[in-house]
Parts: sequence; C-alpha cells; structure tokens
Amino acid sequence: MEEANEERSGCLLLLAGLLAVLGPSPTSSIHVYTQREVYGTVGSPVTLSCSFWSSEWISEDISITWHFQAEGTRDSTSIFHYAKGQPYIDDVGTFKERMEWVGNPRRKDGSIVIHNLDYTDNGTFTCDVKNPPDIVGKSSQVTLYVFEKVPTRYGVVLGSIIGGALLLVAVVVALVYLIRYCWLRRQVALQRRLSAMEKGKLQRSAKDASKRSRQAPVLYAMLDHSRGTKAASEKKPKGAPGDSRKDKK
Amino acid sequence: MLLLLLGIIVLHVTVLVLFFVSTIVSQWLVNGEHTADLWQNCTSGSVFHCLTSSTNEWLQSVQAMMILSIIFSVLSLFLFFCQLFTLTKGGRFYITGVFQILAGLCVMSGAAIFTVRHTDWHQASENTSYGFAYILAWLAFPLALASGIIYVILRKRE
Repeated sequence: MEEANEERSGCLLLLAGLLAVLGPSPTSSIHVYTQREVYGTVGSPVTLSCSFWSSEWISEDISITWHFQAEGTRDSTSIFHYAKGQPYIDDVGTFKERMEWVGNPRRKDGSIVIHNLDYTDNGTFTCDVKNPPDIVGKSSQVTLYVFEKVPTRYGVVLGSIIGGALLLVAVVVALVYLIRYCWLRRQVALQRRLSAMEKGKLQRSAKDASKRSRQAPVLYAMLDHSRGTKAASEKKPKGAPGDSRKDKK
Repeated sequence: MLLLLLGIIVLHVTVLVLFFVSTIVSQWLVNGEHTADLWQNCTSGSVFHCLTSSTNEWLQSVQAMMILSIIFSVLSLFLFFCQLFTLTKGGRFYITGVFQILAGLCVMSGAAIFTVRHTDWHQASENTSYGFAYILAWLAFPLALASGIIYVILRKRE
C-alpha cells in the first residue's frame, strides 16, 4: 500500500516536472486561416470558414470577430463577435437576420453562414481570433463574389464529355467481345456433348427397352436441337465458300 | 486488290487530315479582320493578337466532339492495320467501320451544335460568315460515313 502511494507520488512529480519544462514556452503568435475567395449565388447561403491555430489551450476568454468591408468602400464594420462563450450576431446592420454562427471554438473553428445573398454583399470579410494570453497574430481575409450563376471552371464539361464517351465505347466493345467469347464457348461445349451422346447411344443399344423408350424422346430432342443449331452456325458467312462477295478486280 | 487497299487507306487519311485541320485552324467564323473559332478569337489588322474563347458550355461541347472525332478516327486507322493482319479470310472489318462511323457522327454533332449555338458566345453582325474550317468539318462528315460503311461492307481476302 505504501509502495503504491510512493509510486503514485513519483508519477505526479514526473508529470509536474514535464509540465514545468513544457508549460511556459515562449509565446508564439496565433494563426488564423480562411479561404482566399468565395463564390456565391444570389439568394443562396454561403459559408465563410475561419479556422485558427493557437499554441495555448483554448481559454474561456477567447474572442472571435468578423468584420465586413463592402466593395469600393474603405471602412469596415464589425458584424460578429464571440466572447465569453456567447456569440453576438449583427441584428441591426445589413446582415440582420441573415447570419448564423456555425463555429465551435473548442474545435478551433470560427465559421459563419450568410443566407440569402445579395449583390451588396460583395466585399472583404476579415476573421480575427484572440485567445488570451495568445493575442499576437494576423487576421485573415476572405473576398466574397456574388454571381447570378456560379461559373463552372473551364474544362469540366470538356473533360467529362470526352471521358464519358470513351468510357462508354470501351464498355460496349468489352461487352460485345465477352458475349462473343461466351457464345463460342457454349458452341464448343454443345459439340462435345453431341459427340459424347452419339457414342453413348451406340454402347447402350443392348440395354433395357422400357428404359430406353422413356428416355429416348429426350435424347432425340436434344440431338435434334443441337443439330439444328450446328446447321445454323454453318450457314454463317465466315469462311463459307460460294458466297456473294464484292469483286472489284 | 492492292489498289483497293491503297484507295481505302488514302480515304481514311484524308478524313483524318480534314478532322485535324478543322479542329486546329482558327477559321470557323470570319468577320472582316476578326476570326473566331473553337479555341481563340484572333484579330488581324494593324496589331495581331489573339484571346482565348469564352468558357461557354456549348463551346466546350463542340470542342469535345471535335476531339472525340479525331480520337475515334485515329483509333479506327490503328485497328484497321491490326485487323488487316489478324482477321480470318472472309471476315469483315466491323470494329474499324464502327469507329469511323462514330467519328463521323461526332463531327456532325459538333458542327451542328456550333451552328445552332454560336450566337451564345459571339455577337453576330451582318458580315459574319463561316470560315473554311467550318466547311471542312461539314465536308469531313459524309466522307467519314462513307469510309466507315466501306469498312463494314468490305471482306478480307488473301
């Protein structure tokens, strides 16, 4: 019991020593990451994502702010503030009732969603995160472009048409070859069965008559069917002499 | 017999050359000194400079169709030489003919889409006329079809 206590206190001492070494590290700056450009369409929502990296633990005093600078103007207004675990959304300005907080500071995410876009939303959004005592760092900017219709990147349609057509042709050719191969194999198997049956018929001619009278129609039916298909296959033009050909000599 | 083979190959190569020229040369729509085509719009005059064409979906589909026709025609030529040496006597050049007919259909649909939709990305004025690359594309279509049908009908001899 006493040895267990000693072991536990030894472990605690080690942990404390480690923390003492690693704890008060030189304060590095906080890094904020956003996209460079975001494209949105009129009337639909757009997500402005903001993530950050801090060397400190996420404290209760963490604050996240979003500023908006409209295109062509020089002043930026504050539109969102998160402090002491409470988000404060703009309820008097241009984003009144259009903004939604979807971030989670514990997961290092400070994103917002803007619904019902309009052309007046074109501009630059700035995300700023402060995590005391880690407060030195650059904020990050994302430019929002609002279009009537999102322009597709050049080459998507081109590549998809070419790729799709080639794939389709390859699949069809593979299928045709597969079907032909299977059909030829069935022909060979049928031939083999036909010759075996003929041999069997000759050997069993001395057996019981009643048995044969019951089984004979089935055998003859199979023989007739296979002979019929064999004749049809011989009528195919491949290698058959005396067929009409194009003579251009 | 050799003459027939030579004639067929010459026809195929002609079709292939027509495909290449009509796809690459910049002369689908001509308007005075401006030429607009699949890949770029050029202005000649005092200064000669070219801009890339728009990224309209219909223009991209026309580009895709022309490229597909080239691919199919080249594949068809390659398969023709393969089948020439591996086909049994009396067999038909089905695959070669099918690919050549596919190439013809592709170029036809590409030219048709361009004809219908070229006003989407190019403002048509009075003296806009079709250039020779456009005409070559339409010329290549029946030739490709004829070449493909000849392959399908033809039988291999010794």
